[in-house]
Amino acid sequence: MNFEFTGEQLMIQQAARDYAQRELIQDVIERDTHSIYPERHVKALAELGFMGMMVSPEYDGSGMDTVSYVLAMEELSKVDASTSVIMSVNNSLVCYGIEEFGTAEQKEKYLRPLARGEKMGAFLLSEPEAGSDATSQKTTAEDKGDYYLLNGTKNWITNGNTAKTYLVIAQTHPEKGHRGINVLLVDRNSPGISVGPHEDKMGMRSSDTHSVMFTDVIVPKENRIGEDGFGFKFAMKTLEGGRIGIAAQALGLASGALERSVKYALERKTFGKEIAKHQAIAFKLAEMAVKVENARHLCLKAAWLKDQGKPYGYASAMAKYYAAETAMEVTTQAVQIHGGYGYVKEYHVERMMRDAKLTQIYEGTSEIQQIVISRELLHLH
Amino acid sequence: MNIIVCISNVPDTTTRIKYKPGNKDVDYTGVQWIINPWDELALTRAIELKEAGTVKKITVITVAKADAEPTIRKALASGADEAIRVDASPVDAWNTALNLAEALKNEQFDLVICGVESSDYNNWSVGGMLAEMLRIPSVSAVTSLQIENSKPIITREVDGGRQQVSIKLPGLLIVQKGIAIVPRIPSMRGIMSARTKPLKVVTGVSGESLIEIVDYEAPPQKSSCKIIDSENLEMLAELLHTEARVI
Amino acid sequence: MSVLVYIEPREGKFNKSAFELISYGYTIADATKSKLHVLVAGEASREAVAELGHYGASEIRHLNKTQHLDDSVSSNMVAGLAEIINAGIIIMPHNLTGRAIAPRLAVKLKAGYASAVIGIPVSYEPFTVIKKAFSGKSITKQVVKTSVKIVTLSQNTFGVIENVVQPVIEDFNFTETSHSIEVLSTDVQTGKVLLTEAEIIVSGGRGMRGPENWKPLEDLAEVLGAATACSRPVSDEGWRPHHEHVGQTGKVVAPTLYFALGISGAIQHLAGINSSKVIVAVNKDPEAPIFSAADYGVVGDLQIILPRMTEVFRKYKSGI
Repeated sequence: MNFEFTGEQLMIQQAARDYAQRELIQDVIERDTHSIYPERHVKALAELGFMGMMVSPEYDGSGMDTVSYVLAMEELSKVDASTSVIMSVNNSLVCYGIEEFGTAEQKEKYLRPLARGEKMGAFLLSEPEAGSDATSQKTTAEDKGDYYLLNGTKNWITNGNTAKTYLVIAQTHPEKGHRGINVLLVDRNSPGISVGPHEDKMGMRSSDTHSVMFTDVIVPKENRIGEDGFGFKFAMKTLEGGRIGIAAQALGLASGALERSVKYALERKTFGKEIAKHQAIAFKLAEMAVKVENARHLCLKAAWLKDQGKPYGYASAMAKYYAAETAMEVTTQAVQIHGGYGYVKEYHVERMMRDAKLTQIYEGTSEIQQIVISRELLHLH
Repeated sequence: MNIIVCISNVPDTTTRIKYKPGNKDVDYTGVQWIINPWDELALTRAIELKEAGTVKKITVITVAKADAEPTIRKALASGADEAIRVDASPVDAWNTALNLAEALKNEQFDLVICGVESSDYNNWSVGGMLAEMLRIPSVSAVTSLQIENSKPIITREVDGGRQQVSIKLPGLLIVQKGIAIVPRIPSMRGIMSARTKPLKVVTGVSGESLIEIVDYEAPPQKSSCKIIDSENLEMLAELLHTEARVI
Repeated sequence: MSVLVYIEPREGKFNKSAFELISYGYTIADATKSKLHVLVAGEASREAVAELGHYGASEIRHLNKTQHLDDSVSSNMVAGLAEIINAGIIIMPHNLTGRAIAPRLAVKLKAGYASAVIGIPVSYEPFTVIKKAFSGKSITKQVVKTSVKIVTLSQNTFGVIENVVQPVIEDFNFTETSHSIEVLSTDVQTGKVLLTEAEIIVSGGRGMRGPENWKPLEDLAEVLGAATACSRPVSDEGWRPHHEHVGQTGKVVAPTLYFALGISGAIQHLAGINSSKVIVAVNKDPEAPIFSAADYGVVGDLQIILPRMTEVFRKYKSGI
């Protein structure tokens, strides 16, 4: 048992912290207010190697482990969760899925530019009538011999407009239920794709969220990942890892809000003393700190299991569930500690509270995580 | 051109400083360590020049025990080619400079760059002392460095303005803010390549100190701030004159 | 044993920090029963040099030309004189020249060098001075253990004391030739208040909102005869030149009066201003940390307060 990070892990954490505290912080409020995509930051983070940080160097990635990824996600999310979700989707859903299950040709063509961060990827699972329920896909990929014909609509897609490569989950054999689902690599510029307007969201406002419509889009057969009908398993395996990214993002929102609260409580005075010296505040901070630390341990445990090649689905569901709930609770308390200042944009915590809400919803709601956890716990498969 | 950048391992500049009982030593437990900010700017400029093709090799050197190695690795990850750690616990600026000078006697270099001061002991000493010990010329208060046809073009701050000079090589530059603006963040590629970059450890010279710190204390607290009504700024002028006696 | 003070005139005149340095040297020479020698390096009239006698400079050597070029050669010059007069304590200003020469001089003389010393030594035996560490977060006592000692004095930490003597002024000849440093060009403005020597500094931060809003700040500086400065984000954004950046990695200043306008007061900024005698802060955020470092504070919008403040000081100045 060892709780020490390696020198490299610490260096990555520091690099992410430096970037976040020096660069992301500068325009985070403005980007949130006006829903501006963080183009400059995505480019800079790509140059630093964050956009494909776990992809093998063989495919132009950085070859870092999942623990480093958690550390980096936490640091970036302390300042700007909108930017970190772009990174998370590209890394743990898109790059991971292609690297783990794709063919050498698919990796050569699609993974390389994604790992370098020159292109962004998007993961298209959610549908208007099926959020986290991957089994009831309405989008169809009709088998036409040499190609698939893709029809349907995907909703709430992160990187929906900016992505150049889509991973689309669609039903090929409705009669086979979830065993008939496929996953296809689709070029964003293929004829028949239209992207809906930018979603005007409550939080994560600087990330690029759209619905995507497919009308008779032709996808070559060689763009299918895995065997025919592998799509559902692909989605489940990929989301297992994706949860770690979102869990780490939620952790960053919570720990960032805690850091701001501690600083504020030591500066702000009421009744002649710093509010940190009032027990009501001090105990609240203690409670927040314990939860943040718990969330961090769950995230790191899941990441460690993944790095060891051990099953991590149960651990990543726990991490995602607990970190998201903690993010909501801690950011809400942070606003409370900041009082009136907490309710205005300048103090950051109100944005963190709005952003935190989404971590309970996307990449598997808290309730879905509870299902995953309880099924495993009760041996109900 | 081969450049040596001297780096110092210092507590993060936001660290709250605590002391060991007796107030003769700083308590470094829990401290986050960083590259001294001025040294980091010096390194950043050296890396920029290397990327521009005018510098061939960057070597970072520090005088410290093994616990400073994360800082050295960070310098390598940021873009330095090699590192030297002089294995010693420096006892004062003189001793630091002496250790650097002894180690550099065996190295080939054209230019040595030092930050103007370190954020821990604020001695403003090591660069000038090192130049004198190495018997090489130095330029201080350097705010920019270009290399043209293997010749350093240096801007230094002088009273009321600036001056452009060149220096005979090998030489030493003592640099301040302006030499670079934003320190380099190491990329993952850099972090990976730092694994295999050479880090040489050389034995230090024993510690003779010319200066000794005998006591530390916290700076006196400011008395509380008097808030003046923004509608009554005459009061501010009045207080600055009669109470503070500064105008 | 004797005490040697090194000073430079600026644009032919001596300012308060030169007088402070002489007063300081006089006090130390008196306490250690030593003779005070002063080396004036730079062009100045005989009358201006003679004025140093008001502060206790009895024996003055005057190098009547401005020529500091090569730190090595300049430190040779001081070392040579120090040996002739058997200097035990060498005092220099903690400015560009002092900082450049003192470390090289220390090696030449194998002298312990304490930089940016605050005020008078707390003890002469052992020779113990006060000095900041961790950029002002700590105050230390340091013993200089060598027989020859070099200190650079932080400005405004001792003060000017009159001790009228009749000075003996002798010409000092030294021709500096450098084979190592070549000057390519010089760009110096005359008649400007140097930030590091300014008595009053008016400094702006991000709260100024943009470079286009600096005119009112410059107006206030003009009324007060102050130098202008800025915080790090302002210089990093390119709103103001880097030489105006005050703070941990920029300039450390010690004026008698510092105006922090729209500066939140990050610990790195405070490290650059914590030697100021009096700090006035104006910020719209009453919780800004600058108010815990300031002596006087005004809460409100700078765009309204700044012109009003300038008017108040203008009236005040003309009223005196």
